[in-house]
Amino acid sequence: MSLPYSNVSRRRFLQSTGLGAVAAAGFVTAPSVLRAQGAAVKVGVLHPVSGALSYSGQQGRLGATMAIDEINAAGGIKALGAKIEAVLGDAQSTPDGGNAAVESMNSAGVAAIVGGYASSICLAVSQTAARYDLPYLVDVGVADSIVTRGLKNTFRFGPGFGVIAKTAIDNLVALNEHAGKPAKTVMIVNEDSLFGSGLAKLLNAQLPDRGFQVLETIPHPTPTRDFNNVVLKIKAQNPDIVIPANYYNEYVLLARTMQQQRVRPKAIYSVLGGAASSYKFVKEFPEAAQYIMDCNHWFDPRNAKALALKKKVEDQGQFYTYEVYMNYSSVLLLADALERAGSADRAKITTALASSTFSGHVMPYGPTKFVDGQNQGAAPVNTQVLANDIQVILPPAFATAKPVFPMPA
Amino acid sequence: MLSPVILLPAVLNGLLTGAVYALVALGLTLIYGVLHIVNFAHGALLSAALFAAFFAYRLLGLDPYLAIFLLTPLFFVLGYLLQRFVIGPAAHGEDRNILLVTLGLAVIIENALLYAFRADTRTVDLPYGFTVLDFGIAFLAVPRVIGFCVALVVALALWMILNLTDTGKAMRAVAKEKLGAELSGIDVGHIYAVTFGLGTACLAIAACLLLPTYYVNPQVGNGFVLVAFTIVVLGGMGSVAGSLIGGLLIGVVESLSGLFLGESLGQIGIFVIFIMVLLFRPSGLFGERA
Repeated sequence: MSLPYSNVSRRRFLQSTGLGAVAAAGFVTAPSVLRAQGAAVKVGVLHPVSGALSYSGQQGRLGATMAIDEINAAGGIKALGAKIEAVLGDAQSTPDGGNAAVESMNSAGVAAIVGGYASSICLAVSQTAARYDLPYLVDVGVADSIVTRGLKNTFRFGPGFGVIAKTAIDNLVALNEHAGKPAKTVMIVNEDSLFGSGLAKLLNAQLPDRGFQVLETIPHPTPTRDFNNVVLKIKAQNPDIVIPANYYNEYVLLARTMQQQRVRPKAIYSVLGGAASSYKFVKEFPEAAQYIMDCNHWFDPRNAKALALKKKVEDQGQFYTYEVYMNYSSVLLLADALERAGSADRAKITTALASSTFSGHVMPYGPTKFVDGQNQGAAPVNTQVLANDIQVILPPAFATAKPVFPMPA
Repeated sequence: MLSPVILLPAVLNGLLTGAVYALVALGLTLIYGVLHIVNFAHGALLSAALFAAFFAYRLLGLDPYLAIFLLTPLFFVLGYLLQRFVIGPAAHGEDRNILLVTLGLAVIIENALLYAFRADTRTVDLPYGFTVLDFGIAFLAVPRVIGFCVALVVALALWMILNLTDTGKAMRAVAKEKLGAELSGIDVGHIYAVTFGLGTACLAIAACLLLPTYYVNPQVGNGFVLVAFTIVVLGGMGSVAGSLIGGLLIGVVESLSGLFLGESLGQIGIFVIFIMVLLFRPSGLFGERA
């Protein structure tokens, strides 16, 4: 009986304290803005740079800070006469860590936040940022729910899971038809948490209608250090296509075990494959990686800026991974919004982001147009590992090579 | 599904994995057989040995198989010192104290590893890590075949030490009748420590055999020790032959249940066996006392 009352009072309490916090933040930052003609605009750069996701987080931070350095070298935000000052934050690979970082960034008076990386972190962080009306740009996080909860402050420049999965299946069907339908059977190897099992469920529901028979779906935990049994099962059923849906370590191990046990299907085709379109994998295990296809985030290989960035990243001894160019593009998008807003005011930045038609990024996307925070132009591409390099094979507008399918025996 | 094309390789893979399980269990069973204590620190010591092998490779560039010759004596000394100066004195001759002391040691070692090296999972990449031998019926990974052979050799060596050397005779004497052994001039404290050292040395060898195909983190040993306890119970507490055969059996069971029940449920077969043995043959296959 007391529950509704306590709920209401808790909500009121949160509202009032939230308002209080916003007001306090306003008082803290307002003088600095007044004083700061030509002073820096603070931008929160939030990534999981420690913990389980630290590699991806560090790559993301690299991309974001490279963009900020370039913008500053070119004179900063001209409409404000100010440079961008990065306020770095560590989400510690957990949603709680992300929230704590947002709180301290808010106290530091940032104008907007870029980053998050993992869906779980993005989900939590977007909500915390919304409490302060703080514009938040998701760098990677693909869960569809990140942008479907009606948060006005949250924007995602990259594609969501639904679009990626649909593109992946459409492209698989197109590849198969183009080659004269050599593939009829499929086996799915998926890690058993949300990402892998969600994808496996989706593929199981959609592939039969598109002319593929799913022979078996094999889930495995993360970490798994032995894929012998899984590969033996694949060997026994001999599917035309193997679809792995797992993270980097397991992906590499599965591919290497398949190579070791001489299992060669007509294609290894992955969706957001943990290693399938990673230069690290290709460099370290070229034989296991050869001919693997992936539907994933990728840069526009025909964009000179994207290639210049690639060279710059590789000159630093780093791998040019999707975290780098997605963060790079997101920061550029934010800088464009800052120019058009002509202010570090959070509401004005949010409005400028919502009406963005930014085209100066490095991604293979269509025209930028945000609907409920999601960029409608965002799309994944299909890549294939060919001759120790990763080539775009679909869509034709961005392709740098013709697909090799089926794999040569 | 039951085609021999996958059944046979699965059984062979299970045997290869089982041999390394057996090695971990050998250390455990030896310590139990002589000292009559259940060594809870076994898993943490295995983690420590894996880290040692990992850094021997990373920092000294020492191949894990060569590192056996460095780490085995090192861990023997470590085990000897632990029993002589920590476990023995802290136990005051009470079995339940020993239990708690080893448990405490496990907590300390694990957290020290966590503090020093963080929770990151690490692996090494060796050129032969993924080479296979073609046996016609199956492709078997070279590191696992090496692991299998070395484990058998170590089991044989342990059996010889126990049965053919004076120290071995003293160990068996202490195991059977501690007071009698002491009265006939055997230094019981020394023999205890030697036994603990041998058990720990087994872990160092197991760690070097595991490293090429496995990963390292501060908790990694625990997974093995649960399996090792099952093997010790299955083979009979304190029996070298029991550990070896138990280990091979458990390896095959794990491989087959992984194959039929899925990777997520792979280890369930092991624990079903554990419960069955406790219910129907508590002394194990080769146990001496009923």
